[in-house]
Amino acid sequence: MPKAQTVRPLAIPAVSTRLLLTAAGVVILLLALAYLVAFDQGALSRSGMYMHELMHDGRHLLGVPCH
Amino acid sequence: MPLRFGRLLVAGLLAGLIAGLIAGTFAYFAGEPRIDAAIAIEEQNTLGHGEAGGGEELVSRGTQKNVGLILATSLYGIAMGGFLATGYTLLRRRLRTGSDTRAAIGLAAAALTGIVLVPFVKYPPNPPAVGDPATIDQRTTSYLAVLVLGLVAVWAGVLAARTQTHEWRRATAGLLGFVVVVAIAYLLLPAVDEVPGTFPAVLLWKFRIASLGTQVVLWTVLGLAFAALLHRLATSTGPATAEPGTRAAA
Ligand SMILES: [Zn+2]
Repeated sequence: MPKAQTVRPLAIPAVSTRLLLTAAGVVILLLALAYLVAFDQGALSRSGMYMHELMHDGRHLLGVPCH
Repeated sequence: MPLRFGRLLVAGLLAGLIAGLIAGTFAYFAGEPRIDAAIAIEEQNTLGHGEAGGGEELVSRGTQKNVGLILATSLYGIAMGGFLATGYTLLRRRLRTGSDTRAAIGLAAAALTGIVLVPFVKYPPNPPAVGDPATIDQRTTSYLAVLVLGLVAVWAGVLAARTQTHEWRRATAGLLGFVVVVAIAYLLLPAVDEVPGTFPAVLLWKFRIASLGTQVVLWTVLGLAFAALLHRLATSTGPATAEPGTRAAA
């Protein structure tokens, strides 16, 4: 049986104010993306109900309340 | 030289795209037949109103079922991958393991528990034709609340486990911390009981299992793919590979 091999852990950037601000910005963009899929009804996509209707089945199967 | 956040984020987004594509494929085969069956019932019931039935369709059923579904799971997967990578970057030092693979998969498992399993039991997902449109805002708020409380419950479990030293005590305390928060959340949040008595029970069950499966596939693939990409980063850019069999510093 092959032996499990351990790689030394990656050096992760230190948690600094700058990293936290960047992370906060990224989280806002990611929330907007998740909102677009899960809840948006045109306010964000600027496509009327098109994107909302397009992703309808995904919303149901991802467990998001739809209607 | 520590890795930059951007590289971890790209790994997370890519893992999320892979997970979303695979979860979408699963959802197409396991979930779409149930949605079709539910929409047929919805059309019988409402004859022309309701968002999926009748009237002029903005998007055809054919497009919703494949392009729309895969687009939705992919974008959702990318977002979740980004959250995983951000959480990993900020929390990695607090996860007490020397193994990046364990840390990545552990975080994905925590997310699966908090934002899929805990919400699923309280507010199981519903197919078209189930649910009162008048309560959608309240149900959306409750769904978001149970999702946040699910993550809080996992966090409480970890904190509780860390108060103990013996392994069996850690496991018991962790479980208790988690269960207490989940129980309080379930008691405080409003109940939702909107399945019409005429809706076929077997179809409801199959839809819910397909939905659960889609989300389990998404988070499982996401955790594994993120771990694989971290491994690639570690072996290509990071410090040299440790001697086989030696334990990495914790
Ligand atoms: Zn719907």
